[in-house]
Amino acid sequence: MQINEGEIEKRDIFIKQVEELSGQNLFGCYQCGRCSAGCPMVSRMDAIPSMVMRLVQLGDEKVLDKNTYWVCASCYTCDVRCPKGIDIAKVMEALRQIKLRKNLNYVDIKKIDGIEELPQIALISNFRKYTG
Amino acid sequence: MKIPYFPGCSLKSDAAHFEQSAIEFSKTLGVELVELPNWNCCGTVHSLTTDDIMHHLACVRNMVHAQELGKQLGTNKLITLCAMCYNTLAQVNELAKKKPDDLKTANEFIDDLPDYEGKVEVLHLLTFLNNYVSFEKIAKVVKGRLNGLKLAPYYGCLLVRPEHVKVDDRERPVLLSKLLGMVGAKCVEFPYAVECCGSYHTVNLKEAVIEKTYTIVNNARENGADAIVLSCPLCEFNLDKRQKDVKAVYPTFEPMPVFYFTELLALASGKKVNVNAHYVSPENVLRKYGL
Repeated sequence: MQINEGEIEKRDIFIKQVEELSGQNLFGCYQCGRCSAGCPMVSRMDAIPSMVMRLVQLGDEKVLDKNTYWVCASCYTCDVRCPKGIDIAKVMEALRQIKLRKNLNYVDIKKIDGIEELPQIALISNFRKYTG
Repeated sequence: MKIPYFPGCSLKSDAAHFEQSAIEFSKTLGVELVELPNWNCCGTVHSLTTDDIMHHLACVRNMVHAQELGKQLGTNKLITLCAMCYNTLAQVNELAKKKPDDLKTANEFIDDLPDYEGKVEVLHLLTFLNNYVSFEKIAKVVKGRLNGLKLAPYYGCLLVRPEHVKVDDRERPVLLSKLLGMVGAKCVEFPYAVECCGSYHTVNLKEAVIEKTYTIVNNARENGADAIVLSCPLCEFNLDKRQKDVKAVYPTFEPMPVFYFTELLALASGKKVNVNAHYVSPENVLRKYGL
């Protein structure tokens, strides 16, 4: 695959954006897969967390089409187990924020099923993660 | 001893029995939990992006109230009960210490209150009981015993992660087992003690939470527990109230009652459990152990 110069620049910008938002060194990841092995939500992801780490290292914006960072429950299991000390939950948050800051909400408050029975702790945490 | 205490939204509604039992039990130890004046929502989840100071403001405001009340009471401690409140407040407190520039920005923005000086110590009640009261003293003060009630201690995510705010070992925590063991309960080995319950997915991805609850409750039973004990109102909703949805998907599923740890401490010290506050009634389990 050949990548032209414009594409390289675009990728660099995306990498820098994720690094700045997350405060993490993405290139610390050496693909050991421990984050994916321990992730409690991994069975519902279309790309496992270590795969997302590789895609952001490559500056591939197609990573934003994956559901991984929405399915992430911010449980920090990957953070505490990463042998390179990368806070992967912060990388997931950065990807969520890139979408949310474009006014692209993931959850439509009006369409929530059974909202009456949900406690406020569930609703507030959900809206904090899924709406801008 | 009077200590400032931050309740949070759930303890004033769905988890009122959590607050009530904690206040009652603390009294038996000579500790008065003094509710923060003018407290506001903690935000429930900590904002993880580096530039998002705005979402830390709610916590900083609470820390200012804790600082001012603490000055009156002669303490720098703030006690929380809800695991989510604990985590959010503790993470912002850490950030205030590590990033003085961000704290300055927050202080400048909150112009109707004194500045937060970054000196409050945020404690979960479990840590407070362990470090400042001691479990041995609790065992002496509490007259009753839990008659060998078999429990699966469930910590979830936010009491043990991330590293800089954990209350105990993040893979094999023992605080709940030690504390409840001191008052006569028997905590079983429970591999799912620090597994996520699905958290806020309960709103838009209920199926994921149903799977998690099914696995966690069944595992607790396989390990010999008769009830689950925890400290987070969202985990409580997912593990207790969502059992109704689990039953709808898995008809052979056997429900299991879920307690807040303070309910059991209060029970051990002679108070009654408010059985109506539970979705899965704990009456049969309590009867089985003569409680």
